[in-house]
Amino acid sequence: MWRYVLKRILLAILSIFIIITLTFFLMHAIPGGPFAAEKAIPDNVKAALERRFNLDKPVFTQYLLYLRNLLRFDFGVSMKHGRDVSRIISEGFATSARLGGFAALVAIAAGLVLGSLAALTRNRLPDRIIIFVTTLFTAIPSFVLATLLLLIFCLQLKVFPVWSATNPSYVLPVISLALYPMAYITRLTKTSMLDVLGQDYIRTAKAKGVKDVIIIFKHALRNALIPVVTYVGPMIAYIVTGSLVVETVFTIGGLGTQFVTSITNRDYSVIMGTTIFLATLIVIASLISDLMYKLVDPRIKFD
Amino acid sequence: MEAEKKDFQKAPFSLQMDLSKFKKATEEEKRQQDVMSESTTFFRDGMRKLFKNPLAVFSIVVLSLIIILILVAPLIVPYGYADMNTVNGKRDKTATNMVPFQYSELEQEYMAEGGERFPHIFGTDSQGRDYFIRCVYGTRVSLAVGLVASVIVLIIGMLYGSISGYFGGRLDLVMMRIVDIIYSLPDMLVIILLSVVLKQVLDVSGTVFASLGTNMISMFIVFGALYWVSMARLVRGQILGIKQNEYVLAAQSVGAKPGRIIRKHILPNCISVIFISTALQIPNAIFTESYLSFVGLGVQAPMPSLGSLANAARDGLQSYPYRLVFPAILICLIVLSFNLLGDALRDAFDPKLVK
Repeated sequence: MWRYVLKRILLAILSIFIIITLTFFLMHAIPGGPFAAEKAIPDNVKAALERRFNLDKPVFTQYLLYLRNLLRFDFGVSMKHGRDVSRIISEGFATSARLGGFAALVAIAAGLVLGSLAALTRNRLPDRIIIFVTTLFTAIPSFVLATLLLLIFCLQLKVFPVWSATNPSYVLPVISLALYPMAYITRLTKTSMLDVLGQDYIRTAKAKGVKDVIIIFKHALRNALIPVVTYVGPMIAYIVTGSLVVETVFTIGGLGTQFVTSITNRDYSVIMGTTIFLATLIVIASLISDLMYKLVDPRIKFD
Repeated sequence: MEAEKKDFQKAPFSLQMDLSKFKKATEEEKRQQDVMSESTTFFRDGMRKLFKNPLAVFSIVVLSLIIILILVAPLIVPYGYADMNTVNGKRDKTATNMVPFQYSELEQEYMAEGGERFPHIFGTDSQGRDYFIRCVYGTRVSLAVGLVASVIVLIIGMLYGSISGYFGGRLDLVMMRIVDIIYSLPDMLVIILLSVVLKQVLDVSGTVFASLGTNMISMFIVFGALYWVSMARLVRGQILGIKQNEYVLAAQSVGAKPGRIIRKHILPNCISVIFISTALQIPNAIFTESYLSFVGLGVQAPMPSLGSLANAARDGLQSYPYRLVFPAILICLIVLSFNLLGDALRDAFDPKLVK
């Protein structure tokens, strides 16, 4: 057990390290320094700027400096507007985390309910409707869904207000982020629920006269949950990347919008900082999800 | 016949059969007795199952219609995807932002004089380009990206996975560690990162790829670099199972070389599983492409892709909602059909999957 945990943690640390290294060297492979842009800067100013950002040093020294700063959560400053990248990230993340957290909760809750319902009404109308709708949902990219929802419910029907910092309306962005993972969890729950319902202990419980509700919630769902746990990691990854576009569509000033803007502005230090931050988030989420999986299912062998 | 009958005299208590009481079966009766169904190959059996599945038939029909559309439409519609509307060689500045089937003032004048204009089926965009043909080319680009990316993933994954699975041992261990690490990276973020950089660094002008544009090539590289890992894992797992079979041992003992054993004995036995996985990779790649185009890292303007069309449609969303709807429907139809088709293929061709 502990060997597996240790191994998995080491892999996570290694992949975070690789992301950092990859990000750093890729960004430095782009020709023309960050100050080679638009207008010509006087040579002495440029030299001072380069000294300020350590750009006059060899690349490898810069890399070591960057690593050292990262350990102190110092992501450097934006090359476009001079703000602290760590501040940009922490400000944006507050909104994004709330959005993503809601979306994850909605996806899990709705997915479990719909999946169990589909399994219990197997091959009858509710099951067919649920499977049809979820199949449809998995074919719609999140940005298309977000834009359509914005168009219909915000601009045409005016059911929900347009997002503003003072009056945030989470409903539509959460729906656009949650539908795809929800559809996935629904199908996952259905399959594993059907699997569990066919087991002997369910028949035993039925034979003993246990009520259906208790069978479903106490015996079936608990075991059907196990495969869903493995999906939590990929789901977080999906929500993180999905939030980039969903936030852009709804003009939510979260981390996703920051990231997309920094890509269009070629604000390399912000791109680096955000990528590393988000990547770390995803890697940790998948680490936790993997460890939880081993924890909740004692049948799994550790290799 | 009569003579024969008379010759045949049966002793009263003999148990010998009286052949005169029997008659020969006709050809048709013989066929009726033949309970064996027509012999069928694995492929034909799978195809039969596939065409019995209504969802599979639906997706095949939809995909064929779309493919016919994108092949035929550019031959019929006289507009180019990057050309502003021109009437009689004159640039038509009035033809911007037209709704479907609208004609601009210049076009109306021209038609009043007896000229013929092809209708703008989806209208025109803000630069006066025919939106229908842009959607058609967008679909072409998206489908091409999906197909090519999947083939690249297939080739790399198959090579890597079969080498790792066949040789096993320490080589396998090292190769699979590499796969583990790449697998644990957040793929979408790395894809975005690589696209940002490759867009700046890569220069394909002057090579054979020049016509595709830098962004398209960088997209292929990015897909190839990341998505092959799951394919490699799949192939390796299949090969590890098949390697145990006696016929592989037999081939080895008569001195067949590893390359030949992999090609002749192992790959044909897992090819269906691999192909199904490739089919399911296509919608994935189309999704990713449209996502990248949406973030602004997709194909190079003026070349359209479904994602970049949907992105561009956000500008006049309230006035021209159909500009979002057309590419959105196309993306959904394509992805949905490929998903359904992939599932149906798996049901039909995966021998280990028993319902």
